[in-house]
Amino acid sequence: MSQVRVLVGTKKGAFILTADGKRDKWEVTGPHFAGWELYHLKGSPADPNRIYASQSSGWFGQLIQRSNDGGKTWEPVDNKFVYDGIPGTHQWYDGTPHPWEFKRVWHLEPSLTDPDTVYAGVEDAAIFRSADGGKSWNELSGLRGHGSGPRWQPGAGGMCLHTLILDPTNPQRIYIAISAAGAFRTDDGGVTWKPINQGLRSAQIPDPNADVGHCVHHVAMHPSRPDVLFMQKHWDIMRSDNAGELWREVSGNLPTDFGFVIDVHAHEPETIYVVPIKSDSEHFPPEGKLRVYRSRTGGEEWEPLTKGLPQSDCYVNVYRDAMAVDSMESCGIYFGTTGGQVYASADSGDSWAPIVRDLPAVLSVEVQTLA
Amino acid sequence: MIRVVLPAHLRTLAKVAGEVELEVEGRATITSVLDALEKRYPMLQGTIRDHVTRKRRPFVRFFVCEEDWSHDMTEVDLPEPVVSGKDPLLLVGAIAGG
Repeated sequence: MSQVRVLVGTKKGAFILTADGKRDKWEVTGPHFAGWELYHLKGSPADPNRIYASQSSGWFGQLIQRSNDGGKTWEPVDNKFVYDGIPGTHQWYDGTPHPWEFKRVWHLEPSLTDPDTVYAGVEDAAIFRSADGGKSWNELSGLRGHGSGPRWQPGAGGMCLHTLILDPTNPQRIYIAISAAGAFRTDDGGVTWKPINQGLRSAQIPDPNADVGHCVHHVAMHPSRPDVLFMQKHWDIMRSDNAGELWREVSGNLPTDFGFVIDVHAHEPETIYVVPIKSDSEHFPPEGKLRVYRSRTGGEEWEPLTKGLPQSDCYVNVYRDAMAVDSMESCGIYFGTTGGQVYASADSGDSWAPIVRDLPAVLSVEVQTLA
Repeated sequence: MIRVVLPAHLRTLAKVAGEVELEVEGRATITSVLDALEKRYPMLQGTIRDHVTRKRRPFVRFFVCEEDWSHDMTEVDLPEPVVSGKDPLLLVGAIAGG
């Protein structure tokens, strides 16, 4: 029978949650790397036992951990993320030039075909690649060096490259997103990059239609339609049907279109999920009601999903990498909160239950569907 | 033989239970002790000093014979009690943060 493994990164360690295909009884292991921040863990699609984890702390910096046995044991691999050449400057919050400084790895994206190849999205924004299972890292510096870098500015959470999507039909194509520079795409395996922010509109910036400077929070893609992208921007839910060349807003009837997460159903490429958050100054659900919103029409028309979720006095947030889906026949949806709950739905979001309730604040959630 | 006391998180990372004992070739300074430490425990590279600048991480401190040697003392010869192993070199994580 199939098994589901949920990889949870928190402010104080990593947790691994496993269940059989029914997804009603969960075993929790952890904390792994107790006391450290685990911004992200992700398993290799080519070898599910290979898992990469980003471990960091304000005291001791960045580590990368690797497991070859599905998270039972771990070994530290290379943690040397050195920018290619002279790093140069980006804009600081006050508009002055600020040198590029490595701070942490926000997101690890293993190759779809090779367990030893993995990409890292880092703060200050850049993309690195390892082709030897994390034993060494090299920057794909065409992104940082493509021209607009000196105009990039950090979002409130830092200038992080937080989203990294590999096109399953075209190994040369990668999408990334940076707060608050925007989304970018490469069509040559990471050598050259272009901003893909046409159609985004951010009222808070001097030129609301600028080619860079948009605070993209997260981007999601269904593997069967790699040209269709869904975006949770700072404000606005956006959609592109042409690989990011042009975006249009699909916020529709959402109660608020601020938020962080966005994801796509495993088997229905027009079914998408968001968790609306009240505003950029109040990072919790509107009215104290934790509601996932689902659109079965690729946006515009949204329905609240509330069964099993707290509908009063709930003031948690859901961070940008803290939602994931499994690929079981009845698609499972998972998300983690800053209150330490991980909620799961085994029926595409119709009903929810917490897998665990009292973890440290959840930074990321990924799911592996195991044969 | 120089004794080094690591912060708890770095002991876990290096898989050591208590103090670390190191032989240092040439002059014994904080820099040469850290070089020897990172040579024996490569997983500690980057956790005490930045990979590129080689500067101490802001929340890590070096204590020698009850004195703070964190600032501008990393190239100074360590005193006899540390070199002889009577006193340990303390690497301390700042007591701060959430």
